[in-house]
Amino acid sequence: MDRRIRVLIAKPGLDGHDRGAKVVARALRDAGMEVIYTGLRQTPEMIVSAAVQEDVDAIGLSILSGAHMHYFREVKRLLEEQGASDILLFGGGIIPDEDVPKLLELGVAAVFGPGTSTQEIVDFLRQAVPERWRAQGLA
Amino acid sequence: MRKKHDWLRETYRKSLEKMPERPVAHRTLSDIAPEPLYTPEDIGVLDPEYEEKRGYPGEYPYTRGVYGSMYRSKLWTMRMFAGFGTAEQTNERFKKLLKAGQTGLSVAFDLPTLMGYDSDHPLSKGEVGKCGVAVSSLADMEVLFEGINLEEVTTSMTINSPANAIWAMYLAVAKKRGYDWKKLGGTIQNDILKEFIAQKEFIFPPEPSVKLVIDTFEWGPKNVPKWNFISVSGYHIREAGSTAVQELAWTLADGFEYVEAALKRGLDIDEFAPRISFFFDVHNDFFEEIAKFRAARRIWAKEMRHRYGAKNPQSWMLRTHAQTAGVSLTAQQPLNNIARVAIQALAAVLGGTNSLHTDAYDEALALPTEESATIALRTQQIIAYETGVTHTIDPLAGSYYVEWLTDEMERQAMAIIEEIRRMGGVVRAIEEGYFLRELAEASYRYQQEVERKERIIVGVNALTDEIPLKVPIQLVDPEVERVQAERLARVRRERDPRRVEEALSGLRRAAVEGGNTMPHFVECALAYCTLGEMMDVLREVYGTYQEPAYV
Repeated sequence: MDRRIRVLIAKPGLDGHDRGAKVVARALRDAGMEVIYTGLRQTPEMIVSAAVQEDVDAIGLSILSGAHMHYFREVKRLLEEQGASDILLFGGGIIPDEDVPKLLELGVAAVFGPGTSTQEIVDFLRQAVPERWRAQGLA
Repeated sequence: MRKKHDWLRETYRKSLEKMPERPVAHRTLSDIAPEPLYTPEDIGVLDPEYEEKRGYPGEYPYTRGVYGSMYRSKLWTMRMFAGFGTAEQTNERFKKLLKAGQTGLSVAFDLPTLMGYDSDHPLSKGEVGKCGVAVSSLADMEVLFEGINLEEVTTSMTINSPANAIWAMYLAVAKKRGYDWKKLGGTIQNDILKEFIAQKEFIFPPEPSVKLVIDTFEWGPKNVPKWNFISVSGYHIREAGSTAVQELAWTLADGFEYVEAALKRGLDIDEFAPRISFFFDVHNDFFEEIAKFRAARRIWAKEMRHRYGAKNPQSWMLRTHAQTAGVSLTAQQPLNNIARVAIQALAAVLGGTNSLHTDAYDEALALPTEESATIALRTQQIIAYETGVTHTIDPLAGSYYVEWLTDEMERQAMAIIEEIRRMGGVVRAIEEGYFLRELAEASYRYQQEVERKERIIVGVNALTDEIPLKVPIQLVDPEVERVQAERLARVRRERDPRRVEEALSGLRRAAVEGGNTMPHFVECALAYCTLGEMMDVLREVYGTYQEPAYV
């Protein structure tokens, strides 16, 4: 399979803690994926529009401020509005256990907490993205 | 060669006159009574570099501590960072912490406040009260400190880009309640350089941002003389993924950058430098952390004295707060974090910190609960009262390893400081992306070492048999946003619009003409201008800053 996985790593909202986002972005790139990092302080609108324009397969949101429910919900809603709900949404940060099932229910494909190895995220994308391609008859 | 008995007779005694020894048994459990200090004399060895490199507590170069009697007289300040939800909720937490024996307050603000937005701004949506307390105007500040005697407590406020405005609100509360500004003690973090380097809570471009900081250097000593108007912070640099050496070097480089900016404005170094304070992280590598604190004091003293020509010994003293490393806490097996925090806190104490926050074990999961925050405070109290490490000052001095490592960290940090100077200083290095690149490298390298298991993190990449454990976590009431919006609406309705208008134009004038903004911030605060209104004035004048998205 030669098609490369394209991922947008995004930092929504006002939170400036970007160590995790950058480490993940770099690990995905080292694993051969095409990675676009949005930089800080992105609104959900900016994130979704970048994702659509860049034609990415997946969006990873990094949130450590406690505002995750709001941002995942907004990004998901906008993806649907733009007819781009085929883009896989995942994320990580400081997210209480109680909120993880709620996020999954919203349609977030995976939530990676602190201590996750970057390999786990690589493996997840290598499995989940081609599955989507197959489902859409693209692969 | 200065002898220990001279130090005891002079510096130590003078220190005790100011603050006598604490009325506790300075004796071991075997009833041995350690002296306040041990030096090479006590074990009959020669250390020809003793005076130059180590010296005595309370004396240049302060490697062994900034005060003559250190913890024999006064323990470090136990200062727990707290804030969430509304001002009412945080006020209640403050009162509980004070009752539990905490000796200083420390305010965590929410992200909208840190970024200079009112709680009802569209960009604040979802963030109000989440990782700190929301403060949009004097009305919130009044509630936050309701029932707390501002002349008795010292208050530390973690606020940077909007620091002038938030400090002004605090001072306005004090003024309205009749407290004497000359008696107020506390700290505003106000360290914008490390925001550009690491934490990224900047609003304006670097240059006007530093100008606002220097306004406090100029105004602070004359008006609120006991206030630390800056806490030059390595904490966030470390948390963003730097090494301990980088943290040490960059923090001191930031400190020197402010000193140079203040000198350029024509300020007297010995007037402002005594009120510069610091803030370091304290991570897991025990001896490296201890050496870091000792090296920091020595470098600061040397440079302030010899490079910048400060004459007042107070200007040479690096007084510091410390916080255990949030980044070292694990979401896996979270109770293990209690052990990590205890070890880190012990390192800070052995490093001679002047103030300490200990993290709660559940911080990798959410904001701390009241119980977890109390355990964290108790951890400090156990170190202070039960372990005996406070019997004698700087007890690890003379350890071959600790002294060697202190020298080595000083050497490596100075090499980085010189490199930054060659680049033209910190602001230039920020503009060139130096710190972003270095941080990305260091944090990625560390992550890879963990993933290759060259570094073992208990419960994360080894020893992972999970004992099922449910940790209760602190959730923030979603009502906060509504409560805040209502209070803001009331403030806007009830204030005197003419006074607001005049105060804001005074601030605008000062910003445009380059005058000191602080008196205008105070007037704005008293007029109940909102934080967002004040920051918007400056956004118009200074513009805003976007950093390059570097991975």
